[in-house]
Amino acid sequence: MNSPKMVDVFSDVERETALAANPSGYAVTELAAADPRVVTLTADLSNTLAEFREKFPGRYIELGIAETNSVSLAAGLATCGYLPYIFSMAPFGVLKCAEQLRTDVDYNHLPVRLVGRLSGLAMGYFGTSHYAVEDIAIARTLNNTTVVAPADALSAVALMRSTAELEGPAYIRIAEQAPPVYDKKPAYERGEWLPLRSGGDVTLIGHGLGVSLAVAAADLLAEAHGIEADVLDAAYLRPFDAGALAGSAARTGRVLTVEDHSVTGGLGSLVAEALTARRLAVALECAGLPAEDLEVGVPADLYEYYGLTAAGVAAKALDLTRQ
Amino acid sequence: MVTLERGREVTDAELARRADWIRLKTVELVAQAGLGHYASTFSCAEIVATLYYHVLRLRPHEPRWPDRDRFLLGKGHVATGLWPVLADLGYFPHDWLKQFGKVGSPVNDHPNMKLAPGIDFSSGSLGHNLSVGTGMALGARLSGRDYRTFVLTGDGELQEGQVWEAAMAASHYKLGNLVAIIDANGYSGSGPTSEAMNIEPLAARFDAFGWLVREIDGHDITALRSAFGGLPAPNSRKPACVIARTEKGRGAELFSKQPQAWHLGLLSAEQQADVVAEITARMELAQ
Repeated sequence: MNSPKMVDVFSDVERETALAANPSGYAVTELAAADPRVVTLTADLSNTLAEFREKFPGRYIELGIAETNSVSLAAGLATCGYLPYIFSMAPFGVLKCAEQLRTDVDYNHLPVRLVGRLSGLAMGYFGTSHYAVEDIAIARTLNNTTVVAPADALSAVALMRSTAELEGPAYIRIAEQAPPVYDKKPAYERGEWLPLRSGGDVTLIGHGLGVSLAVAAADLLAEAHGIEADVLDAAYLRPFDAGALAGSAARTGRVLTVEDHSVTGGLGSLVAEALTARRLAVALECAGLPAEDLEVGVPADLYEYYGLTAAGVAAKALDLTRQ
Repeated sequence: MVTLERGREVTDAELARRADWIRLKTVELVAQAGLGHYASTFSCAEIVATLYYHVLRLRPHEPRWPDRDRFLLGKGHVATGLWPVLADLGYFPHDWLKQFGKVGSPVNDHPNMKLAPGIDFSSGSLGHNLSVGTGMALGARLSGRDYRTFVLTGDGELQEGQVWEAAMAASHYKLGNLVAIIDANGYSGSGPTSEAMNIEPLAARFDAFGWLVREIDGHDITALRSAFGGLPAPNSRKPACVIARTEKGRGAELFSKQPQAWHLGLLSAEQQADVVAEITARMELAQ
């Protein structure tokens, strides 16, 4: 597996139009070509949109370092028939603007899309102010908002397309640090989880970076221990695939969630709630970030430290199968 | 479809009476609900009357008409004064007002665009609506439409930092189709605005942010008409700010003497009779 690398959002590399380097910028440019209602807004994250700006200069709105204004302003635009895509660093877009997202966007059912770049610990080196590890916990409580977390670049493009026609809001959580999982664009249906591998011993469910970790951990488990894992890409976190979860959990009896997010309120909590609601007695473990003050470092080191590696996930899964 | 055009013919006296009618209706609705924002609603009664019966271009029977002028109630806690106006103009049946304050009602203490026709945006959380209005004004620019967007804020609301993010964006994008109206009644919920956090000099601040500023007496109908009538064309390049100096609780002595006490409250039957008598007498005198 490639080690997750630091991403310099201000570098010229980001100006590349290649899908792999900048999937969200690539996808929104494609969407804008097909739909004149698409406009983009950023709070000082314009490099993501270099290609968009070149092709649709009149539909790009820079708002400076003013995230809350961007969200409310996008809501106003949405009432006028536009489909605003706000590009923001995930910590500032979701956490700083939680109330604007709730009150102006979600409560009014407006088709504003927030693209949160550099989620989880992607900006590790910059310090905890730049972490987005509580964003899903907030976003998934917004009743009218669709929440998706792509596993890789192709998945990001696919999910931006999959959510393009929504009449309500969406939060698209980008994980630039995630290595490729898919070799072609996956076909997502709203609210569905994609099976990536089938096995009867343990269920591994991830979103974002967690998907590649789950896949790699499943390989390790099979090779070293003969353990066959069921692996699910939980790209849709709201609505989510309760059926796929229950089906796999009933088969394996053991579930491990994997995510670059706090273990509080994210996929792990979501799965716990869903299993409880269905009264499924299943052993559950959550690989994620602990509910405590987090360390600072480059992402690869942090992921190692917190066990968010293929080996770390495989070890947790192994423990689970021995219980 | 009937369009209510901008600059509709109406006398100053009729608008003044309409403002008092808004006050009377507010008192009725608050009594029905059991609690309400009297004094803040009273301070902007002339502003709301002048906008809805003279200034705004509207189609009450086609509330989402794309070319309508937008009106956003930044200070959403005064929606009580807006509901009778919207019913009177035909946005929804008068009967809806009987539901005010009840569970399931489309009209409540704060406005909800999902529930009530005529509400261009929901409000309640102060400081958001100038941003929302800036988005609507930008939308007009993108689509080439000539509607105006009016946002009524309180003066206390200007303590919210987001308002100034919006003020920056509106002048940066040269939105001459955006109008901020400040109901500067000098009070926020718990006391004088100046004691909580000084926001003056308002005119200089908006001017420094690149806005065209006009400061008027917000109860003077002639001045309100002149300020709105003198707005530059929607395709002009500076957003406009009308600072309406008002008195919190204006129109009822009980409220204006103790504006803070009547920010949120409920009149006793005896007090209500006095307030209604005072307003009614003024309306009769004006006839």
